[in-house]
Amino acid sequence: MSRHAVLKNHTYEALLFKRRALVAAIFCVLLLMVLITRLLYLQFFEFSHFASLSENNRVRLTAVPPTRGLIYDRNGVVLAENRPSYQLELIPEQVEDMPQTLQELGKIISLDEDTLKRFDKLLKRSRKFEAVPLRTKLSEQEVAKLAVNRHRFPGVDVNARLGRYYPLGKRMAHVIGYVGRIDEDELKRVDQANYKGTTHIGKTGLERYYEGQLHGMVGYKNIEVNVQGRELRVLDKIPPVPGNNLWLTLDVRLQAVAEDALSDYTGSVVVMRPSTGEVLAMSSMPSFDPNLFVHGISYKDYKRLRDSPDRPLFNRAIMGQYPPGSTVKPFVALGGLESHSIGYHEKINCTGYYLLPNEERKYRDWKKTGHGHIDMSASIAQSCDVYYYELAYRMGINRIYSFLHQFGFGEKTGIDLLGERSGLLPSRDWKKRVKRRVWYPGETLITGIGQGYMLATPLQLASATSIMAMRGKVMQPHLLAKIDEPGREELVSINWAAKEKIKLQRPSNWQRAINGMISVMHGSRGTARSSAAGLKFKMAGKTGTAQVFGIAQDAEYDEKTIARKLRDHALFIAFAPQDKPEIAVAVIAENGGHGSGVAAPIARKIIDEWLRIKNQGHEK
Amino acid sequence: MNDRNLRDKHYRPSFSLQLMQALHLDHLLLVGIGMLIIIGLVVLYSAGDQSMALLNRQLTRISLALVIMLIIAQIPSSTLRSWSPWIYSAGVVLLVLVLVMGDVGKGAQRWLDLGFVRFQPSEMMKLVTPMMIAWYFADKPLPPSSRTLLIAASLILVPTLLIARQPDLGTALLIFAAGFFVIFLGGMSWRLMIGLTVLGASMLPVLWHFMHDYQRTRVLTLLDPQRDPLGAGYHIIQSQIAIGSGGVYGRGWLNGSQSHLNFLPEQSTDFIFAVFAEEFGLIGGLILLSIYGFIIIRGLIIAVQGQDTYARLLGGSLSLTFFVYLFVNVGMVSGILPVVGVPLPLISYGGTSMVTLMAAFGMLMSINSHRRLWSK
Repeated sequence: MSRHAVLKNHTYEALLFKRRALVAAIFCVLLLMVLITRLLYLQFFEFSHFASLSENNRVRLTAVPPTRGLIYDRNGVVLAENRPSYQLELIPEQVEDMPQTLQELGKIISLDEDTLKRFDKLLKRSRKFEAVPLRTKLSEQEVAKLAVNRHRFPGVDVNARLGRYYPLGKRMAHVIGYVGRIDEDELKRVDQANYKGTTHIGKTGLERYYEGQLHGMVGYKNIEVNVQGRELRVLDKIPPVPGNNLWLTLDVRLQAVAEDALSDYTGSVVVMRPSTGEVLAMSSMPSFDPNLFVHGISYKDYKRLRDSPDRPLFNRAIMGQYPPGSTVKPFVALGGLESHSIGYHEKINCTGYYLLPNEERKYRDWKKTGHGHIDMSASIAQSCDVYYYELAYRMGINRIYSFLHQFGFGEKTGIDLLGERSGLLPSRDWKKRVKRRVWYPGETLITGIGQGYMLATPLQLASATSIMAMRGKVMQPHLLAKIDEPGREELVSINWAAKEKIKLQRPSNWQRAINGMISVMHGSRGTARSSAAGLKFKMAGKTGTAQVFGIAQDAEYDEKTIARKLRDHALFIAFAPQDKPEIAVAVIAENGGHGSGVAAPIARKIIDEWLRIKNQGHEK
Repeated sequence: MNDRNLRDKHYRPSFSLQLMQALHLDHLLLVGIGMLIIIGLVVLYSAGDQSMALLNRQLTRISLALVIMLIIAQIPSSTLRSWSPWIYSAGVVLLVLVLVMGDVGKGAQRWLDLGFVRFQPSEMMKLVTPMMIAWYFADKPLPPSSRTLLIAASLILVPTLLIARQPDLGTALLIFAAGFFVIFLGGMSWRLMIGLTVLGASMLPVLWHFMHDYQRTRVLTLLDPQRDPLGAGYHIIQSQIAIGSGGVYGRGWLNGSQSHLNFLPEQSTDFIFAVFAEEFGLIGGLILLSIYGFIIIRGLIIAVQGQDTYARLLGGSLSLTFFVYLFVNVGMVSGILPVVGVPLPLISYGGTSMVTLMAAFGMLMSINSHRRLWSK
């Protein structure tokens, strides 16, 4: 019987539906009444009020966009400015014969298919008395040609608009970034009232990070319009407040060396002042011309940049993640001393490979014959791998992790740019969480020489080097030095707070680790001794080589026969002078082979340039 | 009334009526739709600053939408019914795809690029969600048991939440409404409805918490447009001035100064009602609302006469959803509802909603005409 209960009663359901539909219909009618009441209120009872408001609407409030703030390097060299760019505009109602005019104009200046198509589109959307842009970015020659022929073209005019311009082009394009036309997504993000009339917004780099500083406050003007909406006169005006000018920590001269010295390679150089965290140069090669993006990049240009295997749009300094290789050795060595895992003078016998207890796999040294009995200073100078296999084995991954973590590995530095990556400092927890596997002892060994899972950005390496140079003082890496607010006499310096200092149980251990780095540069067997030749002071450094792909056990590695893309990355970190550090450098040359051959000379060029700038300053 | 006529042997239907029947169209609905489309084109000509290009583009869309309506009208509702669960499942999969890999158009992921065409699955769900709930209810005893209700509710919430995540609250709201109407028409108990309303009202502060900043601004602006007369309040103030200054008789076609001096934003799309009200006044507004009312009542009548539960529920829900479009749009333009992107049905410039609405009318017409064929 209970099955009957689930049977449908069609007559009842039809009736039920009818009743419900009736209720819904009544509800709809009631709501329609609400709308009608509203219309009655607006159009009948309040008619005169709204009619007068409408009449007063003859006065139109228009937004006047502010001028964007400029960007300077630390010495006042302009990196981003606003330049008038000339644009050709047509007022449709004043042009007698549009096709004829366009054809004649095409004989004077170049008008390609795309330009005409876009103009056609704009023309249909615009009102007859409003100027419609035909060509932007007119050259001076074109402006002159048009000026001469102006009498022939009624309704055609050349107007100057301010447009963002990056005078140095490709130089530090990744850091400065660029502006581009605002899209709807971005409009939602910003205060729309303040962006009325603004056409461009910072898209990447500092232009984006400091958009709020650079933009300024919108101004307004009241314009009287006639019935057709034609502007008659400006009634009053609230001028806009221009954006703040930014002064950066970058030095164009150092940046030039950091880019040009790397020009044969893809890669990145980061130069910092250890005592303050100021970034003096930050290069990512290859670079691109940001000016292409300002007025809308052509699809062809964009495709070329996007599809290039060298990824020119990618800011390697903060986004590129590389195995740090042997550059971590001084840090691991310091950790070893602090955790009492090894003595400073203790020697380890390097036979060319290392064996874990109960394992057959050979962990090889880069030097097949081995380094023999070797102490800490020599292990850094000669970059002995076996020494660090043993040291890592003694320390264990937990201690390596917590010690290196203090230097900012595996964590964003928090520099004033968007898109920074955190690199990777592996730990047991991380592996369990992400890889869902247990940690193997062999992975501890290769972490000790900066291979395996470990990854760091060039900025992280420069920052960690600065911390080493400052003997534990941790500064915030940053790019913005001062802000120039319009109407204010003096520049406002930004106070970047220092982070928590690394405290060692034995502060003298700092110098011990640094001594190793000094002998890399100045020791008789230092891997980068050729790059320190002729220096009047001592510098500290460390070379590194990051494997791009693994080599099978016992296989030979021959640089010459391997395709360039598969070659190892060359790394180098350094600071100078070793006793009173004023400059810290991190260099990564992708597929550059060995750190000593390629990366260290680049760092030397930067240090030479820094010296030259410094001496120049003294002479003045 | 037609039924009586058909049974009368002396009655010979006119040629146009015969044609209508052959094409499975309902002439009353068609008259209402036709009037709206013509009014729409007239207003659009004015709102679009007399641009023939704009008008031509809209005409193309209307033609496409009419063809789609015609095609759907040929499909018997029993066929639609058997397709419902499949289209619904496909729609949900597409929505997930949009979230995962959708194109970010206009600041939200709504579009799916299928290579040859860009496609907005959320639009389709406006029709498919009520189809699914009607299909689910079709063989259940009504009024629905609480178990049935619960399943139906989750069938509605899945697409609603997926779309709300895109984020497109306007569409999510319409889809939720379309699904809810099926449940309501299916006979959900009044007590439960009141209970849920109270619960919903008490959840409003929670909703507030989850809203985007721009959505909060819209609500605050509704309460006090003068808060930000140049920012978010601008739309509401200008559109009320436009409507109010129209007065009883309107300023006449092409004479609305609010519209033509460009004070009115989005005048050819979401705010086109303000242009209409400025130029045709209160009288025009009353006529327009009557036409809408006529279409909705006709839709409900078709639904009541539907041959089975599925047809009735689907037809009823589609008619009521059409009303929601109208109410939300006119409510927003006249300043009694917050600004959500819902177009004025069949009149606003734009293709997507036009196609969806006409597809819905195609279903209504199919429900209407195939009933006669089935019931001999």
